[in-house]
Amino acid sequence: MSEIRGIYTLWLREVKKFLREKPRLINAFCQPLIWLFIFGTGMRFSAGIPGINYQEFIFPGLITQAMLFTAMFMGISVIWDREFGFMKEILVSPISRPSIFLGKMIGVSTDVMIQGIIIFPFALLIGIPLNFFMVIKALPIMLLVTFGLVCIGLIFASLMKSFEGFGLIQTFINLPMFFLSGALFPLSQVPEWLQVVSYANPLTYGVDALRTVMMGESWVQLFPMELDLAVLIGFDILMFAIGTAAFSRIE
Amino acid sequence: MNQIIIETDNLTKKFGSNIAVDNISLSIKRGEVFGLLGPNGAGKTTLLSMLCTILKPTSGTARINGYDIIRDNSRVRKSIGIVFQDPSVDTDMTARENLQMHADLYGVPVSEQKERIKDVLNLVGLSDKAEDFLNTYSGGMRRRLEIARGLLHYPRVLFLDEPTIGLDPRSREHIWDYIRMLRKREDMTVILTTHYMEEADRLCDRIAIIDRGKIIILDKPDVLKGGIGKDTVILITDEPDKLQTILTGENISGDIRISGREVKVEVSHANLLLPKIMESAIKAGIRIESVTISNPDMNDVFIHYTGKNLSDDETRERTGRVAMMKRRRAR
Repeated sequence: MSEIRGIYTLWLREVKKFLREKPRLINAFCQPLIWLFIFGTGMRFSAGIPGINYQEFIFPGLITQAMLFTAMFMGISVIWDREFGFMKEILVSPISRPSIFLGKMIGVSTDVMIQGIIIFPFALLIGIPLNFFMVIKALPIMLLVTFGLVCIGLIFASLMKSFEGFGLIQTFINLPMFFLSGALFPLSQVPEWLQVVSYANPLTYGVDALRTVMMGESWVQLFPMELDLAVLIGFDILMFAIGTAAFSRIE
Repeated sequence: MNQIIIETDNLTKKFGSNIAVDNISLSIKRGEVFGLLGPNGAGKTTLLSMLCTILKPTSGTARINGYDIIRDNSRVRKSIGIVFQDPSVDTDMTARENLQMHADLYGVPVSEQKERIKDVLNLVGLSDKAEDFLNTYSGGMRRRLEIARGLLHYPRVLFLDEPTIGLDPRSREHIWDYIRMLRKREDMTVILTTHYMEEADRLCDRIAIIDRGKIIILDKPDVLKGGIGKDTVILITDEPDKLQTILTGENISGDIRISGREVKVEVSHANLLLPKIMESAIKAGIRIESVTISNPDMNDVFIHYTGKNLSDDETRERTGRVAMMKRRRAR
């Protein structure tokens, strides 16, 4: 019982901090807008994909991207906690390490879901035919994507001693995962090596599943929905296990 | 009630070949204010970290409130409150939120949380600042909040690691007051590390001096000070050389030194010998401008047992305060 209370308080802290930081919220709102309007419009008219509205095509990809970046950034906040000492307060409390991990994980995941959901209204702005059922179907998929990503962020944070490594994560995790997920271009027309690498990226399955529920007829699925979900669930379980182990080792 | 609340049993911590804590066995009674004194790197914080279950001992163990620090660390954690040397509050949250989180993490019953938070805020005098974010707090206020936080779950033992380091004298006095008050109010045991000699002297029932991972000596402050047994009488006069000669002739002390206009006389009992010193001076027609008696302080004890003085920056600050204290005592 007291463990649950502890998890709850860690969750509440993450969400409060996320919602309080106004610049981050403004950024969360505006960045996808820039991608959609400028990048999306430019690509649509210069390198369009036949038979597909490019903005409609990248929309699920941008949701994924926003979630990916938020997951990494908020996960890394563990390093802040360590730097400013609050981590110590958590670590010496009677609550167990797996519970600390769970509390952080659920908290950051909530932030990431908020970030993802913020973007939906833009779909209507740029004329994507999005309906209520699509959103309802998209949410569980987003949640599956979120859990795994947040775990990755927390794992890195538990291994890193300072903020200096954050640039490395940006370059070697965020960008490759984003570019290799098929978020910006269809993977059906790329060279084989790129396809192989992308298929090794769990985000590819998340993007594919989101497009399947949000684009309807105009999207030709890369994989069957069952496979997408199975890969995402497997990814979540694996990352959760590694994350729990990583947190248990923090001193 | 002379119940033992903390008992360590050959507690040892090695970092590679460096032995930070070396076979320490000690017991601390319920309700004691116990001081761990030592220079930086002596092993105070390492010892404390092991007792707080943050660090695993290399060998040996300890029991706190009857629970083993290795096998039963969750119960140990519920029994103790900790105020770290470095700040450990969330500055993006309000004081109340920080306390609320602590109450939740330590499983304080929800029905009692509000009342207890109110109580501890009152205790440290921060009730009117409860809704302020901690990034608006001063260092002293944060430290007070940390003490309040450490008390929230009614610990049996409160660990204070350098509780007043980096604080101004007023905040320091404040914190001393709380520590004394706590001790009176409930039978809480307080373990305090410090390298401020005066702080240890004024607060602690017993003091252990630690150096290189070992306890060199452990006793009541008065006993420690009495144990090295020398007072110094400082006389200021225009004729220091003459005074020295006369006092040496009277066989008052074997250790009489001159520095400038000061004559320092080391004696075993200043209060008994002072009249004799004054008499001799008057007889010889030497005008004494002022007299100061200085009893040995914890710093003398420390130097006596460790052969070390404190590092430079600490010494500078200390001499200022000790001088002030001596003046107070001399009155």
